[in-house]
Formats: sequence, C-alpha cells, structure tokens
Amino acid sequence: MLKQIEGSRAVAEAVALARPQVISAYPITPQTHIVEDLSAIVKRGGLGACEFVNVESEFAALSCVIGASAAGARAYTATASQGLLFMAEAVYNASGMGFPIVMTVGNRAIGAPINIWNDHSDSMSMADSGWIQLHAETNQEAVDLHIIAFRLAEQLSVPVMVCMDGFILTHAYERVDIHTQAQVDAYLPPFEPVQMLDPDEPVTMGAMVGPEAFMEVRYLSHHKQLQALEVIPQLVDEFRAQFGRSSGAMVAPYRTDNAQTVVVALGSVNGTIKDVVDDMRAQGACIGSVKIGAFRPFPLAQIREALAGASRVIVVEKDLALGLGGIVASNVRMALRGLPTPVYTIIAGLGGRPIPKASLHKAFDGAMRDEIEDPLFLDLDHKVIDRELARMKEKRRSGPIAENILREMGLVGHKLG
Amino acid sequence: MTQRVRFYQTGTFTIGNRLLDPEKRTVQATQERSNSLTSGHRACQGCGEALGARYAVDAAMRACGDNLVCVNATGCLEVFSTPYPESSWQVPWIHSLFGNAPAVASGVAAALRARGKSATRVIAQGGDGGTVDIGFGCLSGMFERNDDVLYICYDNEAYMNTGVQRSSRTPPGARTATTQAVGEHPGNSFNQGKNPALIAMAHEIPYVATASVADLHDLEDKITRAMSISGARYVHIHVPCPLGWGAQPCETIKLARLAVETGLFPLYEAVDGEIVKATPIRSQRPVAEYLGPQRRLAHVMKDEEALAAIQAMADRNIRRFNLLKTDAEA
Repeated sequence: MLKQIEGSRAVAEAVALARPQVISAYPITPQTHIVEDLSAIVKRGGLGACEFVNVESEFAALSCVIGASAAGARAYTATASQGLLFMAEAVYNASGMGFPIVMTVGNRAIGAPINIWNDHSDSMSMADSGWIQLHAETNQEAVDLHIIAFRLAEQLSVPVMVCMDGFILTHAYERVDIHTQAQVDAYLPPFEPVQMLDPDEPVTMGAMVGPEAFMEVRYLSHHKQLQALEVIPQLVDEFRAQFGRSSGAMVAPYRTDNAQTVVVALGSVNGTIKDVVDDMRAQGACIGSVKIGAFRPFPLAQIREALAGASRVIVVEKDLALGLGGIVASNVRMALRGLPTPVYTIIAGLGGRPIPKASLHKAFDGAMRDEIEDPLFLDLDHKVIDRELARMKEKRRSGPIAENILREMGLVGHKLG
Repeated sequence: MTQRVRFYQTGTFTIGNRLLDPEKRTVQATQERSNSLTSGHRACQGCGEALGARYAVDAAMRACGDNLVCVNATGCLEVFSTPYPESSWQVPWIHSLFGNAPAVASGVAAALRARGKSATRVIAQGGDGGTVDIGFGCLSGMFERNDDVLYICYDNEAYMNTGVQRSSRTPPGARTATTQAVGEHPGNSFNQGKNPALIAMAHEIPYVATASVADLHDLEDKITRAMSISGARYVHIHVPCPLGWGAQPCETIKLARLAVETGLFPLYEAVDGEIVKATPIRSQRPVAEYLGPQRRLAHVMKDEEALAAIQAMADRNIRRFNLLKTDAEA
C-alpha cells in the first residue's frame, strides 16, 4: 500500500510486518521514531505477544536481544552513533555467537565534537565486527531491506545491520510502498533457530575458546559472510518475484555503459550523484555511478566487474579513517587490485555537511582531468582551519578547537546549505 | 539428564546430613539433585564460588522442576566451568559478556514470555566484579523493570579471575594486586565500597537476600523462596576464595562462618524493599578471628587503628540488622 510517510515510521511498519518477538531499544537520535512507533504497535497489541523492553543503555539493548535470540525469539533493535559505540562489545558478541539479530542504524556522526547529523562513521566503525551491513539508498529500499534482512539473518544465523542515513532518510517524508502482511509472511518463514536455550535439550553457549580452536571459529564467521555473497542475490531475486520491486542489490550500476569515469558511493547520496551524472552526461561527459548496497560482505568480484570498463574511479564517502583517508576507497582499491585504474577519494558530508550537486560536479570535473587532491575534502573551509592552526601556533594554551572555531564563526546553523 | 549421585560420608558440613528429617535435608543431599554444575570443572581447591553455585543452581532447578535457563557473566565461574571443548553445565547455559548478564537474562525472560514458555525460569549469575561493578547498570535496569529474573551474585570480594584486583566489594585494608599492602595506608582504602543487597532493596524488588556458603541450608532455602516469587530477585552469596584471600582451602567454610559470626557479613531477607528476617548470631566473634587466617589482611592484624575500624563496621552491622537478639526477641 502506498503511503506518504516518514522513513522511520515506514521502517517501523516493515519491522512489525516481520513479526519480531522481542524488541529492545534505548533512545538515540536519529533512530528514535522507529522504536517509538514499534513501541506503540506492541502496546496496542498489534504484535501479539511481542515484548518491547525499555532498557537503560544501548549496551543493554543489544545484550537483551542477544538473550532473546538465544532463547529462540526473532529479535530487533535500532541505534545510531554513540549508541552503536556503546554497544560495541555486544556487537562483536552477537556475531561471534551467530545470533540472527536485525538492527537498524540511523547513520550519524561520532563525537567529539558531539554532532547528531548524518555521516557513516558509526557503521564503518563496526564494519569488521562480523555483522552483514546493508545500506539503503531510499526509504523504499530501507523498508525492503528490513524484510530481506530478517530472512538473510535467519538463513545464515548471522546478525544484519540495516544502515539508513540519519535525517536524510529517517526523517524524510516520501512515498513508500508498505508491504502487506500476507506478502511478508510468504517471503519470511517463522524463525527456526540453529541454536537455542532449551531445558529439553540443554546446551552451553559462549564457552571459552583458546588458541586451539579460536581461528576456526573466527574463520566460520568469515565463511558466513562469504556465503552471504551467494545468498543475498538469491534473496533479492526472490524479493523481486514476491514484491515486484528491485531492492537490495549488493552492487547497482547507473549509466556505466561506456563510462570512463565511475563514481562509487553508499547510501542516500547516490540520489544526488545520479542527478550529477545525468547533468554531466547531458553535457557529453562519459560518467556513470555504482551504488554499493552491501558493505559487508564486501562484493569484491561484483565491484571489480562493475568498474571493469572505467579508466578512473571516484569514491564519495561520508567517513574518514583518520590518518589514512577513505575507508570505502580502500575497499574499492582491494576490488581493483592489479589494475592500473586510479581511485580518487572524496570525503564529503561529515557531521551532516550538505553535499550539493554543484560541489560534486566541480569535484568530478577535476577528477576527470586527473587534477584532484586525494583525498579531496569536499567544501572544506581552509580559512577556518588555517586560522585555528595559527592560533595553536601562537600560544600553547590555545583552548578547545571546536569552541574556538564556533566562536569565530558566530551562529553557524544559518550558514549551512 | 538427571544423574544419580553416590555419596560418601565426608565429616564436613557440606553434605552428609543424614541425621536430619528427609524434608529438611539439602537438595545436594538427595540423589535426585540435578548436578547442574557437574564434576570435573577447573575451580581451585576450596573454591567457595563453585560450592555456592552448585547449591544455588541445583536448588533453583528443584524449585522449578528442572525447567531453567542460566545466564552467566564472565568471571571465574564461567572460565572454570566452560573451557572449550568441555562444559560442566547440565542446564541450558549462556555466557555473553562481563557486564551484560542481567540484560541478557532480561532478554531470555522476554523471549520465553513472547514464545509462551513462561514456565521456564531464568537465573543470571556472576561474581562481585561482574555484578557490582561492570554489570551494575544492567543489573539496576533489570531490577527497576522488575524483569522475571533471579540474579545470584557470588561475592569473593575481588577480581579473582584476572589475578586478584580490587573490586567495590573488596573489604577495607585488604591487600589485592591493585591495593598493595605498602605505604602509609596499606591495602584497600577505608570508607569505600558499596552494598548491593541494600541497593537492590532500594529498587523495592520483590525479594532480596544475603546468604553464605557457611549455611547451605539457609542458602538453599533462600534460593527456593526466591524461585517461588515472580519479578526481579537478588541473592548475594558470600564465597571465600582461598587463592585471593591467602587462606587454606580447608578453611573456606570456617572463614565464611566467621564472616557471619563477627557481623561483617549479615544474613537477611527483604521483601518488597523491607527486611523481614535477619539471621541472629548466638555470640559475636571478634573480627580478628576472621581476619587472622587471611594473608590478604595480615598487615591489618598489626594495625590497631585499622582493626578497630573493622570491628566498628561489624558492630554497626550488629546494631543495624539487630543480629544479637535476646532469647525473648528470638
């Protein structure tokens, strides 16, 4: 059914259609609307015996769904940013123990300085934790990915993180097609755990494993990720057959035919990138783009294939590996290893900084002339940086950087965009 | 899964209570005990925690008709019972992390309710570090939500698994690997630490009790009573650690008993936040009798001021919990 609906609320409806049995969450912007709506659905009896547990921290939220999953329940939570970091120990634990939990991450920057707006620093920090990590481009895809995620998680007994850009998607009202219960039930069978705490068949979960077997247990977690490379396309095909819509592709090329320059990105910024590609194509440029829908497992072969015809690749990413550069770009380079294709990195949109078409257009133009810094920090205000560097040079006790910059800029909100 | 157990007369207080009426005998004294924590684990000789856990979990199993799930925090109990590929647990058992056992247990309980399996009961357990320090946020959350979990803390008064470092349950003066017996004020600081049973009571949860491996009948009774109640329950068990305390393995029970009889570890029960029963002491023993056999406190024995301060703590407990009742009061 088509609805004009906020992204978070659409995701809440999709999660409810997956019939979770235990939901536990702690409030953190920008994911709160998702669990608020789920709480309302549970409270009015819309999910039968489903339990909604209001916990005291994100660490407890994920721990609670770990327990729930271990006891045989389909379990869900949502978080963002600092919340994901606060649950980090449990993030690794859930994947290490192979619990098929689904968690939404409303992507948000990580402080300090504290910042509630969108970038991908949070999910990137957990990229290697053993969770499958799917990224939504639109709210429709976010809704669809959640249905696919439960199926994928339970089929492989591995947790899945569905990432959607904070505010840009979570708080955007868009037309979204919400599935019917019958459609979802036909796609997603009831949860049949591969391991369960059951007094009739007692098992020990979470035993201590030393050097004699730790490598093997770890390898099997990696193996599940490799299996996911096979399973995700199958589930995406089944989803298309069931719902009549393409969602969840691990790699989605856009106008890459004869494209010498191909832009690669995760998430909602692909919409802006496609507009820029259209504009530049209209002006005769040979440019296309590739959306990465699954960051873990990282579809090395599919990305290499999608970029095979490119003479240069530009990765636009909303994260920064401090002291290195682009995280996605590093992964893309691994996909292209052995090829001479240059991979340029554009670090953009950190802490919610807008990514305007004009800025991307200019940056892509520069890259196409192979005249681009690597990495390029999109719309970075060098004057602000130079003045702060000068202050720091001037005296030892120059004070807190963030406060110095804000004081100099005055009220900053109205200057964005 | 029930294993028949053969008994030997040991001459100790732990088993061999054949002179009691059958209904008054401990769960451990019956051949039908579940042996939830079975033999062959790797606890040290004289481990109070292994003893306490064996009694507590078997009593919990009997109370719920063997329909139990057990959640365990990281710590000695977890490590000595489940070195891969072995497990001493004959109950469905999960270990997740150090600080999240109460939250995992809340999730297990929620899942069981959602799946219509409410007859299956849930206990969570950990040492004093896992419970009172790193897991305290999750514990408090589980309490205030009144989740249907019995949490059992085995308190051996330091981080024994990592090599005897101070916890917030380490007593004043005690030498640990992070409170050395050197300097002007050797050992652990005075006027620090917390009392989790009283804090649990402040949550007004349905049942809180303290227990000791010195009184295993009382321990089993309290676990049994806790299992008869729904909602969040907390039992705090005092379990001497020969290794960490610098005591003889054969003195575990004796030390636990002296902790009670000096007044340093009062035994009581509270219902809905109010104390309903405290176990009286027949005659109070001086704290020096308890401290003396422990190498971690040897320096305190030479320090009259410290000794007097610890004696004052014991005396305060006696007054506070009314432990020296007269015959008429009793």
